[in-house]
Amino acid sequence: MTLEEKVISIIMEQLDVTREECVPEALFIDDLGADSLDLVELIMEMEETFDVQIADNELEKIRTIKDVFDFLKSRGTVWHE
Amino acid sequence: MKRRVVITGVGAVTPLGNSVAETWEGICRGKSGIGRLTRFDCAAYETRIAGELKGFDPLQYVNKKELRRLDDFIIYALAGAEMALADAGLTLGAAEAERTGVSIGSAIGGLATIEKEKEAIFLGGPRKMSAFTIPAALANLAAGHVSIRFGAKGPIGCSVTACSSGACAIGDAVRLIAEGHADCMIAGGVEAAVTPLSVAGFNAMRALSKHNDEPEKASRPFDRDRDGFVIGEGCGIVILEALPRALDRGARISAELAGYGNTSDAFHMAAPPPGHEGAVRCMKVALQDAGMEAAEIDYINAHGTSTPLNDAYETEAIKAVFGEHARRLAVSSTKSMTGHLLGAAGGIETIFCTKAIDTGMLPPTINLDHPDPACDLDYVPHHARKTAIRTAMSNTFGFGGVNAVLILRKFEE
Repeated sequence: MTLEEKVISIIMEQLDVTREECVPEALFIDDLGADSLDLVELIMEMEETFDVQIADNELEKIRTIKDVFDFLKSRGTVWHE
Repeated sequence: MKRRVVITGVGAVTPLGNSVAETWEGICRGKSGIGRLTRFDCAAYETRIAGELKGFDPLQYVNKKELRRLDDFIIYALAGAEMALADAGLTLGAAEAERTGVSIGSAIGGLATIEKEKEAIFLGGPRKMSAFTIPAALANLAAGHVSIRFGAKGPIGCSVTACSSGACAIGDAVRLIAEGHADCMIAGGVEAAVTPLSVAGFNAMRALSKHNDEPEKASRPFDRDRDGFVIGEGCGIVILEALPRALDRGARISAELAGYGNTSDAFHMAAPPPGHEGAVRCMKVALQDAGMEAAEIDYINAHGTSTPLNDAYETEAIKAVFGEHARRLAVSSTKSMTGHLLGAAGGIETIFCTKAIDTGMLPPTINLDHPDPACDLDYVPHHARKTAIRTAMSNTFGFGGVNAVLILRKFEE
């Protein structure tokens, strides 16, 4: 599983959305039905899975699925499964 | 001029069934909803029995995302409210929204969530806390989520009065409608507290039955061999409406909620005083509120927890209020079948009184094999009894010296 696929599988489980809905441009709040608490919970799951820390000011900038990919790559995160 | 308040719908999930129909059928057949405790590994606990919901499917009422974010007590309340509103034939449009409120009591709210998240901090530190912990734990979130789901924008409340929480929530709702602050209230009680802390805590107080070998016989109110209550979980919701509105929309009226009394013992944090003076006053206050004489009461759904103290003192209190009439009326404890649902007890027991009036069937007190000599009233032993009744009184008493009494009456225009 690639890094992107792992991120999407977490989003699908946490937000109860389908694979088809998880396009990179999808907005968490407007497209995937997440509220502010959903987002906090989602990011916590990402932090734990990929062993990263996302500061509150960085969290503000995460609006789409692609934003999550970009953030993880900027931290040099790799994923092997 | 206070408005009359009537019950137009009921909904419940209990250890006897996941609907009022299923539960009431069990009540009429004298079935027990008590069994082995399965909610957690209780091998090391003194009490290993409980009244648990059976085959309840939360996904009938919430989606997978909500399932992870809501404590069970919130889910039970959503289920009860949905069924009650359907029973009442009510959908809240924009016109009714601001005049419809929610009053759902719970003694402890999301206790399982609190226990689980405390463990998460202990094992992994504070950053392991779910963002949903606090909204899942707060007791008023049952009322909150019901308000959100069904669009009720009127008054909102959550009475937290231990084992009277559900009754007080209903009583408060009645007053809100009577005084004109709302035209409709979704009211009742909910509890999902069959958890390690709860069972260990009640065991430490010596409050729970330890009749683990025969779960169905453990809850035996008024019986000589009673040894404590059996903890249960569930929800009971009634739809209350102002009489003019109920008549206007042609609602089916099951009963009138005629009176409510609420008093304090001012005696001890957990035990009633001999003779239960606070309860005596409370029954009288409720009768006065209903504009009724004691002799008009046909049936009492007792608090009847199956503890050594309550059942004897409650009997004494009933005699003090009703005098000779205490020998003519019927008293029964449905806790003999459902167990003690704590904050939800007042909710489901108001529903049992409603059904008793509506169907002319008195719930039994099961397991009454050898009545305590101090308990010598007609407790409708073993079998439900077909008897048309006009009035019913529901007693609930909670830790802290709380007494709450509701009086229901067959609706007559």
